[in-house]
Amino acid sequence: MRTIVIDPVTRIEGHAKITIHLDDEGKVAETAFHVTQIRGFEKFTEGRPFYEMPAITARICGICPISHLLASVKACDAIMSVRIPPTAAKLRELLHCGQITQSHALSFFHLSSPDMLLGFDSDPARRNVIGVIEDHPALAKDGIALRKFGQQVIETLAKERIHPSWTVPGGVNAPLDRVARDRILAGLPEAKAIALRTIEFFKGVVDQFSDEIANFGNAPTLSAGLTDADGNLQLYDGGMRFVDASGKIVVDQMAPQDYQQFIGEATMPYSYLKAPYFKPLGFPNGVYRVGPLARLNVAARCGTPLADVEFAEFHQRFGKVVDSSFHFHYARLIEIIYALERMEMLLNDPAILDRHVRATAGVNALEGIGIAEAPRGTLIHHYKVNEDGAITWANLIVATGHNNLAISHSVDQVARRYIDGAKMQEGMLNRVSAVVRAYDPCLSCSTHADGQYPLDIQLVDAAGAVVDRRRS
Amino acid sequence: MKKARVATLWLDGCSGCHMSLVDIDEAILIVAQRADIVYGPLVDAQEFPPDVDVAIVEGAVSSQDDLEKIKRVRERSRILVALGDCAVTSNVPSMRNRLPVKMLLERIYIEGADVQKGIPTDGVPTLLKQAIPLQDVVKVDVHVPGCPPSASSILFVLTELLDGRIPDLKSKVRFG
Repeated sequence: MRTIVIDPVTRIEGHAKITIHLDDEGKVAETAFHVTQIRGFEKFTEGRPFYEMPAITARICGICPISHLLASVKACDAIMSVRIPPTAAKLRELLHCGQITQSHALSFFHLSSPDMLLGFDSDPARRNVIGVIEDHPALAKDGIALRKFGQQVIETLAKERIHPSWTVPGGVNAPLDRVARDRILAGLPEAKAIALRTIEFFKGVVDQFSDEIANFGNAPTLSAGLTDADGNLQLYDGGMRFVDASGKIVVDQMAPQDYQQFIGEATMPYSYLKAPYFKPLGFPNGVYRVGPLARLNVAARCGTPLADVEFAEFHQRFGKVVDSSFHFHYARLIEIIYALERMEMLLNDPAILDRHVRATAGVNALEGIGIAEAPRGTLIHHYKVNEDGAITWANLIVATGHNNLAISHSVDQVARRYIDGAKMQEGMLNRVSAVVRAYDPCLSCSTHADGQYPLDIQLVDAAGAVVDRRRS
Repeated sequence: MKKARVATLWLDGCSGCHMSLVDIDEAILIVAQRADIVYGPLVDAQEFPPDVDVAIVEGAVSSQDDLEKIKRVRERSRILVALGDCAVTSNVPSMRNRLPVKMLLERIYIEGADVQKGIPTDGVPTLLKQAIPLQDVVKVDVHVPGCPPSASSILFVLTELLDGRIPDLKSKVRFG
């Protein structure tokens, strides 16, 4: 028996490693997906005033700090027992749309496009965003411009691109002015044009990846995400919905305070990332996925015109419930269009300029739960406080945590399909990394309590000796 | 002209500093003409290579793995840049320093789990007792504070280093 270690998995946002055990014939016997960092936010925030939590927990992740800010301020809104002004909710959603755009653009263009444009088996020394810039300059420039637009939306609203302090318990700390609104509106047509060009390009090449599509984590699982009462896709607010592998709704409009009825958390002995599971099915059967693909599986529609055209085509091509995790990429491109259309709707609503954007209050409840859809999936912040507002207990469940079991299964499936210990090639291992990339795991997020992912894949033989190893 | 060999590394941080680096936007096209990115989260190198001109490191040193990595990076790099408050002071990661590691792990993996309760040990690195800044472990040539440092200050640092100068950051950066 031999072991391959991929350490770290490259072009992902964080630190993880993968161990692949081979049997005597060189076939894959067993795999393990390790997340190798742990930071302890849930423990070390005890004692902090609850209103510090947005700023502290944003430092869980510099890629999607806005998600943590939003889930955190929503938990704080609940502790204050306030209903925030309607314009504040619109502004938070607008900010979130900027983040979805920049984060999805980063995942698609900067991290995953090298596999698709340069090839899964291409030279690893060039298989990166610089290689894409050299070989596909127009597409690379589109990617940089689209990510930049998303970051500029955040900067325009919140003054800083990363870790801004604009979102606060009770709303946001400053209203939007006309000049800033018009500046964002002026950039939208170009951003939309890029998003539409990119999805057309992707739809033209997606059939080249039929083998990856058929083998990249297509085991049926539950899907979970937020929708409104009519089943429209929601990113900032809504009720949580779970659908099964046939598309049947098994939980709908779950309120934040009920999450522990449906989501349990298991410790994995080989990973600092815990594995949440769907409680009614138990562990380890309760595998569910979150994130762009899952959201498009739970939602009845997006609710914006251009995204809904793409939504219909996506499901027509790949089914009512799309199983293959390869299609996280496709779903991400549809969601970028949705986010840009939502921005336009929100900015064209005259109420967006209303000056009432913040409710103030003290501690009016000793517990608060906030749920938002981060770019990578459902994010839950749950705090308990004492009468003085000091945190006494905190629990955070991040998108990549929800996907932990599904990622593990996907890694196993891809390894079994592509790895042949008798004739090892780099491209085989890159595909194992690539299925992890499809989930766009946020290893910084998942390591808040759990672990940062340095990805490390080891190939171990039957005697336990490491025969090959990849680290990022 | 020979291109400079630049590497980036992410230890115990949030990747916000790497995101701020990506926030130089299209200036990446200019940097790419002058430097090869030979290691980092954006490229596929598996091992930190030898003969690196500039290593840019985000995050504090929190685990045995981090410790080994930063020592290897120091050995193999001419200039080591501590990027951001976590690398410079250990910042948010050090908020755990007042707590015993065991207490932290028990809260998360025993109290915080309802199935398979237990502290993970298989294939995961041991945590150091404290999260510490880079300069506690290795010599740092350039400190760039900020949470994160702005994209413009990162681009300034890169450009100065590629021009062969140690950047003078007075009045260009601040903590937080």
